[in-house]
Amino acid sequence: MNDSNPILEVSDLRKSFGAVEALRGASLVCPAGEVTALVGDNGAGKSTLIRCITGVHPASGGSIRFKGNEVAFNAPTEARHLGIETVYQDLALVEDLTVWQNMYLNREITHGWGPLRWLDRRGMIAQTEAKLGRLLVNMPPVKAKVRRLSGGQRQSISIGRAASWGSALVIMDEPTAALGLRERGAVETLIGNLRGEGIAQLVISHDLEQVMRISDSVWVMRGGQTIAHWRTSEVDRTQIVAAIAGGDRKA
Amino acid sequence: MRPASYLTNKLRDPGFWGDNAAVIGLIVICCIFSVLTPTFLTWANISDLLVSASILLVLAMAQQFVIVTGGIDLSIGSSLPWAAVIFGLTFNSYHSIPLAIVAAIVSGMAVGLVNGLIIAKLKVNDFIATLGMLGVMNGLALIVSGGQSFAVDSPFLQNLVLGSIGPIRYFYLVALLIAGLSYLVFTYTPFGTHVLATGGNHDAARNMGISTDRMRILVYLIGGGLVGVAAVLMVARTGGSDPSMQTSQLLTSIASVVLGGSSLFGGRAGILGTVAGALVLTTLLVGFTLLQVSEYYQPMAVGIVVIAAAVLSRLQR
Repeated sequence: MNDSNPILEVSDLRKSFGAVEALRGASLVCPAGEVTALVGDNGAGKSTLIRCITGVHPASGGSIRFKGNEVAFNAPTEARHLGIETVYQDLALVEDLTVWQNMYLNREITHGWGPLRWLDRRGMIAQTEAKLGRLLVNMPPVKAKVRRLSGGQRQSISIGRAASWGSALVIMDEPTAALGLRERGAVETLIGNLRGEGIAQLVISHDLEQVMRISDSVWVMRGGQTIAHWRTSEVDRTQIVAAIAGGDRKA
Repeated sequence: MRPASYLTNKLRDPGFWGDNAAVIGLIVICCIFSVLTPTFLTWANISDLLVSASILLVLAMAQQFVIVTGGIDLSIGSSLPWAAVIFGLTFNSYHSIPLAIVAAIVSGMAVGLVNGLIIAKLKVNDFIATLGMLGVMNGLALIVSGGQSFAVDSPFLQNLVLGSIGPIRYFYLVALLIAGLSYLVFTYTPFGTHVLATGGNHDAARNMGISTDRMRILVYLIGGGLVGVAAVLMVARTGGSDPSMQTSQLLTSIASVVLGGSSLFGGRAGILGTVAGALVLTTLLVGFTLLQVSEYYQPMAVGIVVIAAAVLSRLQR
């Protein structure tokens, strides 16, 4: 395994909600410039693991190391400040705002001071074009409202936004679940571009064909634990399915 | 693209009609009334019309800030007479117009702050919280004033109503300045963007680190302050403050915002539309009066226009 430059290292993470143990020892490693896939059945604990990594839920035990330092986030904003961006299934976009307004939401470039700050609209529009233009093949007009974009364009904007803020790690929850074939292709190209930028990516996906296409390593979760992991080039789909269903185990 | 074909494309786009329903409606109504009555399109009548629309316009701006977050402020119905009473009491006690103006605005903001805190911190639905405050403030205005009206005689207020800079009267200049400032806030400030995001997608705004509770408190606070300004205009126009004043401005302020194309679900601010909405409702009433149409027909016409605008707004982009 290429763990020489791990951005994120999760070890034996545990999380309980009252008497329910949602995580019972989850571990994974996300190296820089790689796509790490996280797979598992519904209820395996994937979303809980992501929420613990990003500070939505505090972990009950275990450790999270980010860029070599142990971290414990109490809020998603703390994780974001360190460079962990998450693209949720709902994309966290405001439909009635434009692409550039979404891109700079709560990170606006302003002139003036104190309460008398006004937006540098031109600057943000130009920078959005530059940032997204570098990542997206077919960039939508940045002055368009998100409401007018297709599902694939919205997904690309959301991922592009996450990747553009100097993030070291982008976590994506089912990034292509609601997309058609062509749009799925565009998002996968974007994920490939981010790999080229040296950004670590953690992708939750139920689509094993896609996992085989885009990922460098695969981690399988079952019953709140990571029970197997491989380099993607060294495994086939049948082995992953068997692990998800309760077969093969490889540490 | 040539200007002619650009215009043709615009006119063929249903979204254009939906986005500009109130402005188009205002132009159509003005055309109809100017044909039916020759005095309608005189500057004197337009100026009077703008004066009549001013209080509604300021209240509609107050409502606009709240509605952008997906909220609604029903307490306007009683916070307007409440702020007017505070203005009257302060003026009659201290004979100071600046102090009375500040007192009216602060008393409006106090109501807004309580609304905001109940809604954002105690998680009470906007409709219920402000409906409750409608009753509370109605009672409080009566208690504080002892049920008495106050006459307010001030040259400053008379000048505010009757004075002008050239042909432009101070009274509606205040309202138009507030509308202009509101436009600048929503278009050019981070605060405006955060308010729009709070109403457009509450979870997304929170995920991006925006304090949505703070935004909701602030819009009610600003709305309350604007109600205070509207109260000053009302006292200036009527020459006194009446705690039991029954105002129809609550519903028309909401109607102006809806007519202007803003969604009651939040996320959209159409300042020009809201101004046009307030002018449409006022123009209908003024036009009917000029035509000597029975006042029984006036609320009907207003209701039909609001419904028509809501139908047209379904075409919005």
